[in-house]
Amino acid sequence: MQARLSARDLACRRGERLLFRKLTLDLGPGDMLHVRGPNGVGKTSLMRILAGLARPFAGEVERHGEVGLVDGRHALDLDRELGDTMNFWARLDGAAHLDQSMERLAVDALADIPTGYLSTGQKQRAVIARLLLRRRAIWLLDEPFAGLDTASQALLADLITEHCGNGGLCLYVSHQPVDLPASVLDLADYAA
Amino acid sequence: MRAFAILLRRDLAILLPGGARGSAFLPLIFFLLVAVLFPFAVGPEPILLARTGGGVLWVAALLASILPLDRLVAADREAGVFDQLRLRGISEEVAMTARLIAHWLSFGPLILIATLPAAALLSLTGQTFWRLLASLLAGTPGLAAIGLMTAALLASLRGGTALAGLMLAPLAVPLVIFGAGHLARDDISGALFAGAFSLVLCAIAPFAAAAAIRAARD
Repeated sequence: MQARLSARDLACRRGERLLFRKLTLDLGPGDMLHVRGPNGVGKTSLMRILAGLARPFAGEVERHGEVGLVDGRHALDLDRELGDTMNFWARLDGAAHLDQSMERLAVDALADIPTGYLSTGQKQRAVIARLLLRRRAIWLLDEPFAGLDTASQALLADLITEHCGNGGLCLYVSHQPVDLPASVLDLADYAA
Repeated sequence: MRAFAILLRRDLAILLPGGARGSAFLPLIFFLLVAVLFPFAVGPEPILLARTGGGVLWVAALLASILPLDRLVAADREAGVFDQLRLRGISEEVAMTARLIAHWLSFGPLILIATLPAAALLSLTGQTFWRLLASLLAGTPGLAAIGLMTAALLASLRGGTALAGLMLAPLAVPLVIFGAGHLARDDISGALFAGAFSLVLCAIAPFAAAAAIRAARD
């Protein structure tokens, strides 16, 4: 699997406002990119464009490999038990190792608790466990560290390192400094 | 196909009575409530009730089908479920087809069963009861289809569900005309027309609902 994510001359418009333009990036296996910039500069929009969930105003995106997206929305069924809702995603992903993924993120003990009762951090850990259900070459993580405790933040940093070490690529948005050997892209440099 | 089965199973677990969202009995209760209240409003005269009861139950079924629309699509849209499905190569059309089936199963069969006590409350004749059952069986899938399209269209609007009734009712007029019209006539053409209309709606609904979800995404 050759992970690759490239974008050429991207521009993004929200409503009447041009957020950023002339953004070009090219990521290959093992690449790590930390995207940052002030609020409202278009970081989340960029992630959605790169994931293929939104159309850019201009430019092209090319992806080789499956995309795993972690954004602010957990896509978990709040009114079902965490185990049930995770099981649904595991079956869709054809994953046999749901238990290991949940154990790794320490959410295995929460399996029979209704998801709506979980804290933000616990839900975020479940979302990361879902990301691990299947080998996805391209990780797009929008504020993945938000809401996580220190130990979980360190674990996520390890997971990202592991993922990139195995030939994956990872692009993450974070306002906090993260202890990862990632190159940095400041989206404010491309602001229109 | 495997993904479809998994989606349907989840939708059923959420929508069916006893399911996670726990509002599945609302349409049933509403439907029976209308049947209970109507004789109080127009008086207990059996001939009048028998003549008007079938139509009233049809309208009650229509209004009852609006009740579950509240969270039918909006909750999943807000939570980003459709985005995660898309990233897994599962189209909105597939998700909406599963949702349509689960939605009908969540209120259709219950209302069909409740037609028996409701018919008794309204002194419907045996013949009218069977016709009503046939036309509801033919028409409720159409109501489910219109409901799904409406819910998907309004999912991105705040407080959009309040509009659901206003949007659904006009679209359901042909179903009511043929479905309830069938009750007074001595042939089954009305139920057949309602069934045909239902089939067309069920064929369109997943695509229309999927397009609505995609349009709201950008």
